[in-house]
Amino acid sequence: MTNPNHTAHEPDFDAVTGQSTTGHSWDGIRELNTPLPRWWLWTFYVTILWSIGYWLVYPAWPLISSHTTGLFGYSSRAAVAVEVQALEQRRDQQAAGLKTASLEEIKASPDMLRVALARGKASFAENCVGCHGQGGTGAPSYPNLTDDDWIWGGALKDIEATIQHGIRWTQNADTRMGEMLAFGRQGMLKKDEIEQVVDFVRSLAKLDTAKGANLAAGKTLYDANCASCHGEAGKGNREVGAPDLTDAIWLYGSSREAMIESVHNGRAGIMPAWASRLDPVTIKALTVYVHSLGGGQ
Amino acid sequence: MSTSPQAQTGKPSLWARHKIFETNSILLILGILIVVSIGGLVEIAPLFYLRSTIEKVEGMRPYTPLELAGRAIYVREGCYNCHSQMIRPLRDEIERYGHFSLAAESMYDKPFQWGSKRTGPDLARVGGKYSDAWQLQHLNAPRSLVPQSIMPGYPFLATTELDVNRIAQEMRVNRMSGVPYTDEMIANAVTDLRAQVDPDHPQADAFQKRYPKAASRDFDGNPQRITEADAMIAYLQMLGTLVDFKKYDNKANLR
Repeated sequence: MTNPNHTAHEPDFDAVTGQSTTGHSWDGIRELNTPLPRWWLWTFYVTILWSIGYWLVYPAWPLISSHTTGLFGYSSRAAVAVEVQALEQRRDQQAAGLKTASLEEIKASPDMLRVALARGKASFAENCVGCHGQGGTGAPSYPNLTDDDWIWGGALKDIEATIQHGIRWTQNADTRMGEMLAFGRQGMLKKDEIEQVVDFVRSLAKLDTAKGANLAAGKTLYDANCASCHGEAGKGNREVGAPDLTDAIWLYGSSREAMIESVHNGRAGIMPAWASRLDPVTIKALTVYVHSLGGGQ
Repeated sequence: MSTSPQAQTGKPSLWARHKIFETNSILLILGILIVVSIGGLVEIAPLFYLRSTIEKVEGMRPYTPLELAGRAIYVREGCYNCHSQMIRPLRDEIERYGHFSLAAESMYDKPFQWGSKRTGPDLARVGGKYSDAWQLQHLNAPRSLVPQSIMPGYPFLATTELDVNRIAQEMRVNRMSGVPYTDEMIANAVTDLRAQVDPDHPQADAFQKRYPKAASRDFDGNPQRITEADAMIAYLQMLGTLVDFKKYDNKANLR
């Protein structure tokens, strides 16, 4: 398959440039055989030499069952281990006490507190904002961490336990378990009873109630079904994660529909346990940081 | 660069044969393919036989049928276009995402979802980072939870029934490419899939035996149906959770 326009010529010289040609000619157009620039050629040779050095120094060639490891035994995993260790050391220097100090001691020491807050803030931004929002202001069904309305307690040790073990995170044996029953779905309360009890709870929180609501009947139902966790006065119980029903803070919204939904289907918000993902010092730092957001007790 | 002297003496050397390639494009393409594949073979083929390529770890198991279905949806929706599943051995990545990814962790991924683009965060260890309800709401409407997110919503996942008819076939294809699914696993594919979303399923124990430590619950909060969201969340919640790093020997796996 020879190109009919392509006729092989002997190499000759081009009169205009004085350069030899390759002898190729297409439609009478001949090809100059200009040599590669010297600098380019030498750079090329140097890169070849460089690659040989690279093979010697770094892991390179596959062998039968392993590979060459290089003169200095470099490995990216060993290198990063050294870097991580150096980081740990630097952190230890900044606040050596953080590992052993109690949460109260950290809170009391300005030096440790400064480091803990910085570290807590960084970890919060990666791990907590997804649910609790930037700055910890929460979202519907994800609690606001800046107020003093705590479901499971706002003291340092309470916050730490919540972060460590999570809420209803069943993979963790010490997770916080509390159950808001599905009173409607499980047939414990009828539809009109749910409305009565919701109206009573709304009266506790000074929210508007339905016209002609039977608050006395609602109170009877409340005492029988709700008071064991939320308390007779509706102040809640942090031991079982039962929220205060008398304040203006409503995790799932304060509309009548949202409250009926809560009583009918129950609620069971889940928070992951962080003890398996974060190291103890980071959890301490997070605890102190969350405690400092405004609502710490 | 220039024709060798032999070309002029009538006895063409090998160097002079380049004209054959230069005037025959098919031959040229074949020649290029051969040369390029030599490079490929030297770089890639050793990974298939080098004993050190895949770390020895405890805890890796093939995907459950539900997770595998979720993974197929992950691929179908192009999640890999914005999310990588590869924590590199770099300090800042380890700080943010956890232990760097191991080759062993994607040995049952056909194909792997390492990705090379991080418009969103890396997902290699996203399992257990959020609750199921969060994942569902985030898939439905990402900005309701993360206001600055540019991720599109996937609300149809929660309303689309999961197609379970192809799952056994999919497992068979995975087995062909080296995933150790047993005949028993394939025969029970649909039962196992249903058992994973229902802890009270009569086959729940058999399922747990076939896929140790697999999480079994109703993932999308709707026990009446098995939706694509069930599969997707089951997949997301197991990502990066299988390997037991307490038993992993970092020193033996330096490279």
